[in-house]
Amino acid sequence: MWLSNSSIGRKVVMSVTGIALVLFLTFHMAMNCVALFSGEAYNMVCEFLGANWYALVATLALAALFVIHIIYAFWLTMQNRAARGSERYAVNARPKNVEWASQNMLVLGIIVILGLALHFANFWYKMQFAEIIGNPMMGGLHAADGYGYIMQTFSNPVLFVLYIVWLAALWFHLTHGFWSAMQTLGWNNTIWINRWKCVSNVYSTIIVLGFALVAVVFFVKNLC
Amino acid sequence: MDKNISFTLKVWRQNGPKEKGHFDTFQMKDIPGDTSFLEMLDILNEQLIEEGKEPIVFDHDCREGICGMCSLYINGHPHGPATGATTCQIYMRRFKDGDVITVEPWRSAGFPVIKDLMVDRSAYDKIMQAGGFISIRTGAPQDANAILIPKPVADEAMDAASCIGCGACVAACKNGSAMLFVSAKVSQLNLLPQGKPEALRRAKAMLSKMDELGFGNCTNTRACEAECPKCVSISNIARLNRDFIKAKLKD
Amino acid sequence: MTKIIDSKIPEGPIAEKWTNYKAHQKLVNPANKRRLDIIVVGTGLAGASAAASLGEMGFRVFNFCIQDSPRRAHSIAAQGGINAAKNYQNDGDSVYRLFYDTVKGGDYRAREANVYRLAEVSNNIIDQCVAQGVPFAREYGGLLANRSFGGAQVSRTFYAKGQTGQQLLLGAYSALSRQVGEGTVKLYTRYEMEELVIVDGRARGIIAKNLVTGKLERFAAHAVVIATGGYGNTYFLSTNAMACNCTAAMSCYRKGAWFANPAYVQIHPTCIPVHGDKQSKLTLMSESLRNDGRIWVPKKLEDAKALQAGTKKGSDIPEEDRDYYLERRYPAFGNLVPRDVASRAAKERCDHGFGVNNTGLAVFLDFSESIERLGIDVVRQRYGNLFDMYEEITDVNPGKLANEINGVKYYNPMMIYPAIHYTMGGIWVDYELQTSIKGLFAIGECNFSDHGANRLGASALMQGLADGYFVLPYTIQNYLADQITVPRFSTDLPEFDEAEKAVQAKIDHLMGIKGKRSVDSIHKELGHIMWEYVGMGRTEAGLKTALAKLKEIRKTFETELFIPGSKEGMNVELDKAIRLNDFITMGELIAYDALNRNESCGGHFREEYQTEEGEAKRDDANYFYVSCWEYQGSDDKAPVLYKEPLVYEAIKVQTRNYKS
Repeated sequence: MWLSNSSIGRKVVMSVTGIALVLFLTFHMAMNCVALFSGEAYNMVCEFLGANWYALVATLALAALFVIHIIYAFWLTMQNRAARGSERYAVNARPKNVEWASQNMLVLGIIVILGLALHFANFWYKMQFAEIIGNPMMGGLHAADGYGYIMQTFSNPVLFVLYIVWLAALWFHLTHGFWSAMQTLGWNNTIWINRWKCVSNVYSTIIVLGFALVAVVFFVKNLC
Repeated sequence: MDKNISFTLKVWRQNGPKEKGHFDTFQMKDIPGDTSFLEMLDILNEQLIEEGKEPIVFDHDCREGICGMCSLYINGHPHGPATGATTCQIYMRRFKDGDVITVEPWRSAGFPVIKDLMVDRSAYDKIMQAGGFISIRTGAPQDANAILIPKPVADEAMDAASCIGCGACVAACKNGSAMLFVSAKVSQLNLLPQGKPEALRRAKAMLSKMDELGFGNCTNTRACEAECPKCVSISNIARLNRDFIKAKLKD
Repeated sequence: MTKIIDSKIPEGPIAEKWTNYKAHQKLVNPANKRRLDIIVVGTGLAGASAAASLGEMGFRVFNFCIQDSPRRAHSIAAQGGINAAKNYQNDGDSVYRLFYDTVKGGDYRAREANVYRLAEVSNNIIDQCVAQGVPFAREYGGLLANRSFGGAQVSRTFYAKGQTGQQLLLGAYSALSRQVGEGTVKLYTRYEMEELVIVDGRARGIIAKNLVTGKLERFAAHAVVIATGGYGNTYFLSTNAMACNCTAAMSCYRKGAWFANPAYVQIHPTCIPVHGDKQSKLTLMSESLRNDGRIWVPKKLEDAKALQAGTKKGSDIPEEDRDYYLERRYPAFGNLVPRDVASRAAKERCDHGFGVNNTGLAVFLDFSESIERLGIDVVRQRYGNLFDMYEEITDVNPGKLANEINGVKYYNPMMIYPAIHYTMGGIWVDYELQTSIKGLFAIGECNFSDHGANRLGASALMQGLADGYFVLPYTIQNYLADQITVPRFSTDLPEFDEAEKAVQAKIDHLMGIKGKRSVDSIHKELGHIMWEYVGMGRTEAGLKTALAKLKEIRKTFETELFIPGSKEGMNVELDKAIRLNDFITMGELIAYDALNRNESCGGHFREEYQTEEGEAKRDDANYFYVSCWEYQGSDDKAPVLYKEPLVYEAIKVQTRNYKS
C-alpha cells in the first residue's frame, strides 16, 4: 500500500489528516465564538453535539484522524532520525528562510496533544462523555451547559495561561502544517509557495485568535 | 588588499566507516584572505606531511563549483557560510581573525563516511540508475528542432538540471532526505516533452529507490533549498509529489 | 624512421569516406556481442557515451572512474558550448565549413579525414542530446538557440546556460546509468587504472587500484578503451580539475602505444591570474566574455609600473592611454581571435613590461564600453554569474563604476592571464581510433586526432561525444569481429601476474623512498619548469634547459619523496605520487616534441620561428606531419620519433590570417 510504504504516501496521509483537522478546528472555533454573543445559543449547539448518533460518529471519525496523524508523526520522525545516521553535527545553524516551526513540528505536536488532554478533562469528559455514560451532572453542571463550563474553566488563571500556551503551539504548528500539506499534495510552485505561506499565516492566525478571544473574554469576565 | 588571518580549525577525523571519529584542532596562522577554503586545507596538509603525519582526506576536484565533489560542512552549513556556492568557491576573507572554524563531513545514514571528511555518495548513482534517464538508443533520433520546446519550459528544466549532485541537500536536511536531488532530476526530465512518456514510471522508480536506500521523509523544512549551492527550488519537490501521487492514483 | 604508419583512412572523396567505411566494415552479431567484454576507462563525455552505447549494443562493458561518481568527470566544467553544423541560423553553415574552420583553427596540423568525420557526425550529437533531455537554450518560438564563438564566422554553438559541459555530461551519464541499471555495464568508481595488460601483442586487460581499499585488482576484456582526458596538469597550475592525470595514458605509452604531438598544449587566454604560491588551480573565465569585453594594457610603461606597484588602478588610466592591443593587431577579428593568438599577444605585452598586477603577469578585460553602450543590466544578464564568481575570488566587482575622467565613465576591469587549459596531443590513433597497440582504443581528449595544433572553442565537447557515441561503437566492431572465437580471459594468466607485480613494485618503491618532500612541492617545481621553458614561448636553449632540469626533478622525486601512511587502505598522497611519476615522464615528452618541431604552429610557439610582426611561422615543407613518439623501455632513454605524414586532399594549406 503506497500510503504506508512510500515516503510520499506517508506524507500524503499526514497532509490529508492534517487538512481535515484544520477544517475541524475552523468549525470548532466558529462554534466557540457563538459563546461570545449568546450563552443560550452556545448551549443549544452543545445540546446538538451531545451524545447523538451523528455527533458520536463524527467524534469517532475525528478521533481516528487524530490517532492516524499522531501515529504517522511518530513513525515518520523515527524513520527520519534513523536516516540522519548515528553521528550528530557538532555545530548546527538554521539557514535563513527555514522556519523554526518546520524543524520542530513533533515537539509542537506533542504540546498540542498535552493541551488536548487538558481540554478533554475540562470539557469533553464533563460534557459528551458524561452524556454517554448517562450521568449528565458528572461535572457539577449540566452536560449541555457549555457556557457554564467555559466560565468555570477560565476563572482559573493557571488554566487560562496553559490554554494560551497551547494555542501558541497550535499557531506555530498550523503555520507550517498548512502550506506544507499543500506542498506535499503537489499543489505548489515558486509562485504559489508565497501565496500558500501567506494563506497559512492568515488562516492560522484567524483560527488561533478566535480561540484565544473566547479564552480572554471569559477570563476578563471572571475578573470583573 | 586582503589581510592575513589566524584562526582555530577543528576538523573531523575518522579512519573508516566503522571506526570512531574525533575532532583534531589546529591553529592556522597568517592565512591570506585570497586563499580558497580548500587551498587553506592544502596548506594544513602540507604542514602535516612535513611533520610526518597523515594529511586530512577530503573530496575535491574541479575547484570551480561545478563537479559537485567537494562536500564540507563548515560551521553548521553544508558548503560553508556563502549562499549559492560550493566549498571550493569559499574564500578565507569570509572569516575573521580569531574565529573557530569547525569542519565536519556530510552526516547522513545514506552517506557513510569513508575517511575523515570523505563520504560515500554512491546512493545517488543508484537512484539515477533506477530511472534518471530517457530511454532512447544511441543512433539517429529525429532532428533536434523537430521538438519545439517553449523557452519557459526549457528554462525551468535547465534550472532543475543545474543540480550538481553534491549531496548538500541531504547534509542540510534534519531528516536526511534526498528529495531535492531526486525531484530536480525528475523535474528536468518530466518537464520536457521527450521525458513525458516515462514521467510517471520515473517518479515512482526513483522515489522508491530513494526510500529503499534509507533516506528520510521530506517534511518541507526548506533547509535543502537554502543550502543548495545551485539554488535548486523545492517547487521541484512539489512536482515530484504531484507526479508520484498521480502515478499511484492511476495504478 | 623506417616504420610505415598506416592511419587506415578509407578510400574515396572526403565526404564519402565515413559512409563508405560504415558500409564495408565488419560487424559483430547480437549473439556474439554478449560474449565480448570491453573495458572503458574514464566516464567523461567520451568514456560515458562510449560505455553507454557499447552496453546498449549488447557488449559486456566494465567502466572505471577515479571519482566517486561518473558525473564528476572534468568534461563537466566546460562552460561555453558545443559546435554543430546544423545551420539553424541560416548563416551559411555546412559540414564542410565546420570541417574547414576546425582544420584552419588547428593550424593545418590535424588529420583531414578525421576532422571531416567529426563535422559530419556533429549534427547527430545535437539530435542525440536533445532526445536525452539535455536542456539546451531555446528561442521564444521553441527552436534551439545558438551563439558565436572564437575562430568562426557563423553562429553554430549550442549551449545550456554557462554549463554546457555539465548538461552534456549529465546526458551521457544518464544514458550510462540506464545501462548500469540494465546490467550491461558494470561500474567501478574510485578505481584508477595503473597498468595495461598485453597478451600476445593485444590489449587484454588492466590493473586498477581500488582507491578506497588500496588493493590492486585485475580486469580482463577483449578490448580496452581509454578515455582518460588530457595531460594539462603536468604544469601543476591549469584549469584542469585536481585529479586529472595522465597515468592511464602513460601506462599505455610505456607499453608501446605511440604518443602523438605532445607539444600541442592549449593555453586559454581568459583565466584569473595567479595570485600566490599557495594556489592550487586556475579558474577559467568563459571565453564568451571576449564578446563584450575589451582587452588592454597601458600604453605608457610608467602607468604599468604604477599598476604593478599598486599606486594606480586600472580605472585611473584614461581611454587615450590604453592600448587595446588585440584590436590594434587584428582588426578583423579583434578581441575574438583564436585562443592561441590571444594568449601569445598577452604574453608579448607582459614580456615587454606592460603587465598590470603585482606579478606583472596580467592584462585587463574591460567592460566600461559595453556597460555604457548596453547598460549594466544587460551586461549583468549576460555575464552576471561570471562577475560574481570573479568577485568572490578576487574581491573586485567588475561591474562597479570606479572613476570618471573628463566625462568618461570607467568601471573596474577584470584582470586575466593565459593558463594551461587543454591538450591537443595525445595517444596516437588511426582512423578507427585504435592505437598502435592492437585492441587498445583511445577516445576524447586522450587521443590526438582532431584538433591539430590548436582547438577551437566549443569543439572539445563535440569531439568527445562524436568519438563516444558515433565513431568508436562502429570502429571497435571492425576489430572485435575477429575476436568472437576468443573465449573470456582468466586474470590468472602470467601476463596479469607480471603486470600486477610491476605496479606493486612501483608502489613499494615509492613508499620506500622516505625522503622529506611532499608530492605537491615537487609537482609545483615541475610545473614552474614546464611553464617557464615549455609554456607559451619556447626556444631551443630553453627546451634543452628544461630537459636537463626535468632529469633533476626526477632525481629529486626518486630520492626525496615522502609519502605518509601505508600502502594499505586509502592513501591520497600515494595516489598523487604515482600520478606525479607519470607527469614527469609526460613533461619530458612535451619538451622532446617541442624541441623537435622547429616551427611555430597553433599552441606550439617557438620564438625562433615567428614573422617580423610576431606571428607564428609554420614550416610546411619540413614539419607537415604528426609526430609519434615511442617509448624505449626506460624513462632514462629518449623516446624515438616516427612521422605520420599529413595528406590534405580537400583543403589547400595556407597561412592562418585573422587580420583581415
